[in-house]
Amino acid sequence: MAVIEVEDVRRSFTVRTKEGRWRRGKREVRAVDGLSFTVAEGECVGYIGPNGAGKSTTVKMLTGILVPSGGRLRVAGVDPAARRAELARRIGVVFGQRTTLWWDLPLRDSYELARRIYRIPDARYRANLDRCVELLDLAALLDTPVRQLSLGQRMRGDLAAALLHDPSVLYLDEPTIGLDTVSKAKVRAFLRETNRERRTTVLLTTHDLTDIEQLCGRVMVIDHGRLVLDGPLERLHEIGGSERTLVVDLAEAHPPIDLPGVRVARTEGPRQWLAFPARQSAAPIVAAVAERYPLVDLSVREPAIEDVISRIYAGDPAAVPAP
Amino acid sequence: MAEPGRGTAARAGWAVRSWWLITGMWIRSTMAYRASFALSLAANTLITFLDFAVLLLMFAHTRQLAGWTLAETGFLYATSSVALGAANVLVGSVGGLGERVRSGSLDTMLIRPAPALAQLAAERFSLRRLGRLVQAFAVLGWSLTALDVHWSWDRVLMVPALLLCGTVIFCALFVGCSCVQFWWGEAAELQNAVTYGGATVLQYPPTVFAKELVAGTVFGVPLAFVNWLPALHVLGRTDPLGLPAAFRFASPLAAALCVLAAGLAWRAGLRAYRSTGS
Repeated sequence: MAVIEVEDVRRSFTVRTKEGRWRRGKREVRAVDGLSFTVAEGECVGYIGPNGAGKSTTVKMLTGILVPSGGRLRVAGVDPAARRAELARRIGVVFGQRTTLWWDLPLRDSYELARRIYRIPDARYRANLDRCVELLDLAALLDTPVRQLSLGQRMRGDLAAALLHDPSVLYLDEPTIGLDTVSKAKVRAFLRETNRERRTTVLLTTHDLTDIEQLCGRVMVIDHGRLVLDGPLERLHEIGGSERTLVVDLAEAHPPIDLPGVRVARTEGPRQWLAFPARQSAAPIVAAVAERYPLVDLSVREPAIEDVISRIYAGDPAAVPAP
Repeated sequence: MAEPGRGTAARAGWAVRSWWLITGMWIRSTMAYRASFALSLAANTLITFLDFAVLLLMFAHTRQLAGWTLAETGFLYATSSVALGAANVLVGSVGGLGERVRSGSLDTMLIRPAPALAQLAAERFSLRRLGRLVQAFAVLGWSLTALDVHWSWDRVLMVPALLLCGTVIFCALFVGCSCVQFWWGEAAELQNAVTYGGATVLQYPPTVFAKELVAGTVFGVPLAFVNWLPALHVLGRTDPLGLPAAFRFASPLAAALCVLAAGLAWRAGLRAYRSTGS
């Protein structure tokens, strides 16, 4: 059963531009331009694209904050913009960039207030809160005002708040942005568990392809307001977008390193860029390099979404949107 | 309980309940620091008393101000302050709208199943705002005993009616003027000028001011209906503008119109926000 239905949805903004001293021009920007997809119950879908591609605009339309300029939207059978307050009970939203908690209140009070505003039955509230506190490791933070929490702590607090009322759909807008590795791992494990156990439908917007890699079975790539790719995660692998790069600095310049499963993308004096599949661990490659070459320094770079998109265009001309 | 959102009465009830829930949470969180609360309330009350001291100083040099006695002026001062103070307690936080529009944090209110206006009005509720009310009621109590008025029933009933309508008018002005910030985020000063500035004007007898200004508060921004016009009846004075006596009893009508206008402004603003995003 489809929980999210998006049918030829468009959304344009009028941008005022300055032309000369007094004149003001108007320009129409199409943030979302004929978007169609459906998400089934219990799916976890990654929604990626470069900055300004229309990701946040889509999420805002799906929550009912923004009214679409055209097309048809249904979330849990409801038109979001027309019945925003009613839909609010059935969805959870986490904005990575801003909190949905009350800034000056301790986490515990924010949750208590959510319980009353969402009218969550006591037993269910207790059970959900206990689960979140345990899985997200919140016990020590409950009495801290939100403004005093670190980014990672706040994000965990936000996640719990978004799930206390058992939403059937969870929108996550950059949930791991700016988090350290430990916090990222915690957040991802929690999301995986929620999606599996609760059958919560998840739409995940992110810049971090590792999020997608670890959580989503399906990816949608948006660019210039249109879908350029919608398919299983393997499609993304086929296109080669999820290649990680190991950057090694050797003691002196060497000919390109020859290792199985590794492609030398670039060399520059003693520095070499080694590309390898994102699913593969970097550790054995590092060990092999260190064993055979005088290794001075190294770093691992995650694939950038911009690269993925250029590869999609390069590999599949049909994916390029009409100008 | 039925899903809120069905019927105007149910929605209004849900808005009030949401306001209470959020306000209650803020009160409990301030009460965690009782000493700090007591101090800031005392400071707030003291500062507003100094405000009244200015009026007393003026009357130390003159028996009458533009034909009005100290008790009469005190009555105007108190009624204006009670109405403003009560409105400030109820919806004073809406002034922060512009900041929320600019930062986009209004979004977080739109994804909660409670009316956004109720959430905004209750945001960062602070009991310290009661300071002005405490002082205003004290001055009101004093002026009522000091006034040389024959307290007939209609005059007695007029006082609470005046306070109620005045509060509603100021609430509507707070909300209505804040809505301008949906389009111009920096325009918080407009709301301050109309509410705080308006209340200061109303603390003095209308005869102090030019007739054009008084007419502006009757036919323009309807501040005169807060206390000037109904006070003419309570105090048994003649109207400096010579308006029909019906104007003295028109405050409920003026309040209803203000609420209607503020409601329309809020809806239009929210619609503009939801169609432009942040």
